[in-house]
Amino acid sequence: MSAVAGSAPSARPASGAHETRADIVVVGAGPAGIAAAVRATEARRRVVVLDEAPNVGGQIWRHRSVDTLGTDARAWVDRLARTSADVRRGVAAVDVVVGGDSGDVTVVAERHLGGVDVIRASALVIATGARERFVPFPGWTLPGVTGIGGAQALLKQGATLRGKRVVIAGTGPLILPVAASLTDAGARVVLVAEQAPFQAVRDFALSLLTQPETLLQAAMYRLAFLRTPYAMGTWVTAASGTDRLTAVTVANSRTTWTLPCDLLCTGYGLVPNVEMARFVGCTTADGAVVVDDHQGTSVPPVFAAGELTGIGGVALAVTEGEIAGAAAAGVARVDPSLSRRRQALRIVARRMERAFALRQELRSLARDDTIICRCEDVRRAAIASFADSRQAKLYARAGMGACQGRVCGPALELLFGWQPGTVRSPLEPARLATLSTAALAGAASPDAVHSAGS
Amino acid sequence: MSARRADAIVVGAGIVGASCAAALARDGLRVLVIDAGGAALGTTAAGMGHVVVMDDSREQLALTRYSQSLWRVQSDAVRAASELEWCGTVWVAEDETQLDAVRAKQRLYRDHGIDTEVLDETSLLAAEPKLRPGLAGGLLVPSDGVIYQPAATMALLALARTMGAEVLEGMTVEEIVACGVRCGADTFRADVVVNAAGAAAASLTPQLPVVPRKGHLVITERYPGFCRHQVAELGYLASAHVMTNESVAFNVQPRGTGQVMVGSSRELVGWDASVNRRVLGKMIARACAFMPALAGLTTVRTWTGFRPATPDKLPLIGRWPDVPGLWIAAGHEGLGITQSLGTAALLADLLAGRDPVIDPAPFAPDRGVPAAVH
Amino acid sequence: MPPVTRGAVTISADGRPVSVSAGVTVAAALLDAGISAFRRSVSGESRAPLCGMGTCYECRVTIDGVAHRRACLVTVAEGMHVTTAAAAGAGTDGRP
Repeated sequence: MSAVAGSAPSARPASGAHETRADIVVVGAGPAGIAAAVRATEARRRVVVLDEAPNVGGQIWRHRSVDTLGTDARAWVDRLARTSADVRRGVAAVDVVVGGDSGDVTVVAERHLGGVDVIRASALVIATGARERFVPFPGWTLPGVTGIGGAQALLKQGATLRGKRVVIAGTGPLILPVAASLTDAGARVVLVAEQAPFQAVRDFALSLLTQPETLLQAAMYRLAFLRTPYAMGTWVTAASGTDRLTAVTVANSRTTWTLPCDLLCTGYGLVPNVEMARFVGCTTADGAVVVDDHQGTSVPPVFAAGELTGIGGVALAVTEGEIAGAAAAGVARVDPSLSRRRQALRIVARRMERAFALRQELRSLARDDTIICRCEDVRRAAIASFADSRQAKLYARAGMGACQGRVCGPALELLFGWQPGTVRSPLEPARLATLSTAALAGAASPDAVHSAGS
Repeated sequence: MSARRADAIVVGAGIVGASCAAALARDGLRVLVIDAGGAALGTTAAGMGHVVVMDDSREQLALTRYSQSLWRVQSDAVRAASELEWCGTVWVAEDETQLDAVRAKQRLYRDHGIDTEVLDETSLLAAEPKLRPGLAGGLLVPSDGVIYQPAATMALLALARTMGAEVLEGMTVEEIVACGVRCGADTFRADVVVNAAGAAAASLTPQLPVVPRKGHLVITERYPGFCRHQVAELGYLASAHVMTNESVAFNVQPRGTGQVMVGSSRELVGWDASVNRRVLGKMIARACAFMPALAGLTTVRTWTGFRPATPDKLPLIGRWPDVPGLWIAAGHEGLGITQSLGTAALLADLLAGRDPVIDPAPFAPDRGVPAAVH
Repeated sequence: MPPVTRGAVTISADGRPVSVSAGVTVAAALLDAGISAFRRSVSGESRAPLCGMGTCYECRVTIDGVAHRRACLVTVAEGMHVTTAAAAGAGTDGRP
């Protein structure tokens, strides 16, 4: 990929920032971001795409070789590669300014091992996807405990899982395909614990059969059933080991038992990555970014597409990305078939949300001495008496660390009902030099900034 | 106690209000603390947490030194909860002229019984190896410290509670009346009302010469040992002193966590809390000019806050004659953390009719400070 | 797209040469090298990758002298020096 295929000649000012002018900047190169970039470049717009990962694809289409991708994913990844989009991998978007004198959007991005990119564009498509929801339980900080998607990601990054005894515990239709891929990789999946009760899982699986859109998904789902020791109404209550995981304790409504284990993968659904959208002032509802029919947010010219507008799966993300890319490019009329497709997929997503609602028991797994905030090692007892996440942060440092509350925030919401606090810059931890370089490069006009401080 | 009636109402649960609550409760008063948000959520939360002597004026030196001495004699519990560490301050002199100022500062401090050490270029670098070479020297003030001020505020409020104080959070005082405060439809009565509302003090007592002076701060990831002392440029005092619309000065602080806090900026822009990237950039550039290695440190957060600034840089402590029962403990600019305990002691002495340890006259709220900045 | 990278690269992991496939992330390389403690938490616990996707910051290591890098987001390169805080004792993350 050439460095600046589709964007204007870049400047390298004395400040050290690599500046680029584009029409549209897309943050996130998962399915939604790829689709948005493809649609926007097809409308002859200059597009810059930013992603933290070493390669495009996001979580669901993560790959080291396109040969390993499924047909749909391969088609979109290839399609992106054929466009003029300037795709930058291994960069974290750390600051965004919307507005200012020119009405432009400015995104400041930092390369993991050095370097600052400043991209100015007329529109921003936020396609930051989702992350896994973690439920704190005793032992969840031990090495050997990962997310379900986390294990999948590490596997795709090249980690070897052959021969490892794996327990998978969580909820939702994603856990079975992951179990299957870990099995394919040589892991011994000794248990897949789905916390939702049998009835809910069955009803959801049956409902998929009435949706032609998701027939394939359903087929895969049933296939996976056959290959794994799948227990519904079952959840992990504790992990144990001294310096790494050696065993997990599992419960159902009748009993608990302990089994030896090398790798425990947990995942209790997905959490939309709304931080950037909230930072620039976009309205959110129920933890997701609110968008209009054209994926426009409450803050023009900012669009949002994919999981951050509500968890809905890869097909919906692609559809939303296509709509957002076209809309950001100024294409007046969005293909009505895309809108219909989006509506149908959203219905499935809501059905899934209901089927896999988290059981009450998960909220009380954490004991007084269980760490809730892993960055600052804040234990449950240190925060349980507070009124909200701001108090927990200020008085006990919960959410003050490097992950900026991305892991403990949803946990605090689950355990205590606390809403996440203000999003502050930088959006990801960034070098001090990046913050000043961006400022000196004129990333913002001084008095027209959109993000609130304090 | 009845929520409607107290001996003393403290408006504001920042560190100054919390200190006042503890001091008045210790004197046997039934204290009610009222805060519109929550404890330490205003200026206190946004600050650096230094416990330092400062000598913008003799009066400032007297109060900061007195107050610092009170931090030393807090209970073990309060000091531990406050994460108090006596890391010392290094004032950096860029050139010979500033080094002369350092020597003058040492003489002044000696007169006040404060031990210091003048550093030459070599000993400065030995004290703080991350400073750039070529600086003239500096002044080491070993007796300065750093606290985690939100936790300190909580500890002081907890102390006050053990002596009968009550704290109402999330209740907005809309008006201070004679011997009372009005919160919506409710009026709370007390012989004494203390306006300790920090940067918002003037919204309740409009004649107070307190304006919000905005600042930016940045905190890094953990880099234990990156710097050992609080380090500030000698020009910091000038930046703090002159009420220009905008200034930055180099000031870094090692936190007990191993994190490094980087400041500072001062702006008069009203209540605009947004992060101003240009000012932030200038502030960081200034810091990196003194400590180049800062540039490579990873930061986790930036934020802004509002210092309650007065024209003569001295806080307002004492009776406010226009409103019966009203006392003021506000206007501490960037020294509220340091000065909180001294302010509370001064206020409590005045209220109880005791002779204060330091002269209260320079801090009288009605001292007639010039309205214009100087 | 970049070509699929094959063959092996050698990185230094806590001072030990480790040969890994090209194109893998530092996180995958360290896990396969048997390193289970990437960093020490504030209270001294061993920590290793949780999310695998750059969110949790549990996989922070020092890469070529730069502390606090997310191992799950960086691809290995020939001669890369990786240090885990766990190996360094006190390390880069918090007090010992």
